Amino acid sequence: MSAPETQQAPFAYEQLLRELAPQVLGAVVRRYGDFSAAEDAVQESLLVAAQSWPREGLPERPRAWLIQVAARRLTDQIRAESARRRRETTLVNDALPEDQWAPAPDSEQEPEKDDSLVLLLMCCHPALTRTSAIALTLRAVAGLTTAEIARAFLVPEATMAQRISRAKQLIKSSGVGFAMPSEAERDARFAAALHVVYLIFNEGYAASSGDSLQRVDLSTEAIRLGRLVLRVQPDHAEAAGLLALMLLTDARRRARSGPDGELIPLDEQNRSLWDRDAITEGVELVSRALRRGEVGPYQLQAAIAACHDEAASAAATDWPQILALYGVLQQMSDNPMLTLNRAVAVAMVHGPNAGLELLASLDADARIAQHHRLAAVRGHLHEKAGNISAAITCFQNAAARTASTPERNYLLMKAARLRDRSN
Amino acid sequence: MKFMLMMNAPRGDGDWGVKNWKVEELKAHIGFMKTFAQQLKSEGALVGAEGLAPPGQARVVRASKTDQSPEVTDGPFAEAKEFLAGYWIVDVESPEQAYAIAARASVAPGPGGKPLYLPIEVREVMSAPPVEP
Repeated sequence: MSAPETQQAPFAYEQLLRELAPQVLGAVVRRYGDFSAAEDAVQESLLVAAQSWPREGLPERPRAWLIQVAARRLTDQIRAESARRRRETTLVNDALPEDQWAPAPDSEQEPEKDDSLVLLLMCCHPALTRTSAIALTLRAVAGLTTAEIARAFLVPEATMAQRISRAKQLIKSSGVGFAMPSEAERDARFAAALHVVYLIFNEGYAASSGDSLQRVDLSTEAIRLGRLVLRVQPDHAEAAGLLALMLLTDARRRARSGPDGELIPLDEQNRSLWDRDAITEGVELVSRALRRGEVGPYQLQAAIAACHDEAASAAATDWPQILALYGVLQQMSDNPMLTLNRAVAVAMVHGPNAGLELLASLDADARIAQHHRLAAVRGHLHEKAGNISAAITCFQNAAARTASTPERNYLLMKAARLRDRSN
Repeated sequence: MKFMLMMNAPRGDGDWGVKNWKVEELKAHIGFMKTFAQQLKSEGALVGAEGLAPPGQARVVRASKTDQSPEVTDGPFAEAKEFLAGYWIVDVESPEQAYAIAARASVAPGPGGKPLYLPIEVREVMSAPPVEP
């Protein structure tokens, strides 16, 4: 054992445990087969390590240590099970000798890489609801505890524990094995996994204005998962695109809200607060991915984010480029939210009235006609066009429709400022 | 004992006409609510609090009498004079302490920075059965 470290140690151990979690789980599932029981055992081994490592120092081979503790839990469980069965049916079912669980000397280089991916694809299986997939991914792949996940989503721990255990039951009953999906379904399964990671990121993005002191940061976790995906699939252009998109969006985090949690729109943000390292990494990732030529929606959205992040000021933003990217993006999917964003780019390039014209086409689209963002964007474009009273009405309508407190406050304030100025 | 403190907003213009408030009035009100929640937390009284989305999105649901599927209508009920805008749940030692907290919420500032004197409905939360001797 190495000497216990001080001060930052618990944080460092926590990071290491999260890093190791999917590798340990992969190894245990491969040897034992039962995903659900293995997952419980690994979770317990992580909890044991979180308590004992800071006290006793890091074991020489942390992964082997965790595998061994988890395996011991499993054999204990098997013994208890079989003892019960012996009593009931006199069936003798010897537990496996403990040494069989002893980890092989580090011989797990390649399978470990696949394990993380197989685990992720399993946790994001389309048979699960997205909420279940998110919870299970955070526990089994990201290595968070149920308590941490519950706090992050502001639900009681018992509720989250139930959600996770039901997800595991569903995986069991639907017969999804611990194996790489067939060639035929791999693309779709991979896309589902990327989507879950992106949902986790957005959850963190939306929740970040709340009381976040004791909460795991979901955006950071999603970025970590994005790195893991790219590590195991380095040639996947959309995996690179997703990581780039998350980095380029998260880079603006510190500038996005004021001291009281109030929202600050992109064009009013203090750009010196943006995270330059994240921007550099994101731009490199997306440029390399785009050069490969397998263009996809995450890469395009990342490219748009990069246009914003690389502009020295709001006025210096390359709007024609952004407009062109939205054009390509819209050919790939019929999503009214995209039209909404494109209308902003149209307004910046061709003037607010052109943007308003495009927005008018959304009034007939039931998916978005009543959405607060349509009213909010329309308010901004009316303001730019100098139609102040129309802008006020739009901002008020948007405020009455949003379910986000910081956003409602922002919209009410926006309307109030215009009213104060026009009086 | 736990109490739910409910803030009811009048119908009509709904939220006390906030959309006609001035920038400074809005700022003062938002700041007040934020500080109030923080105070309750640091006093160790806050169990939970939620604000509800505007009533325009409210729906009333009843199971269909034929197949028990959800029958959804716009809500809230047309005859209601006010609607629930949000609530706090506090854990205190007496009803009086809950009333005192409610009174503090009641004076949230409105137009001209003057107290709104909001009506706050205070209801005790049902608890577990008493411990047997």
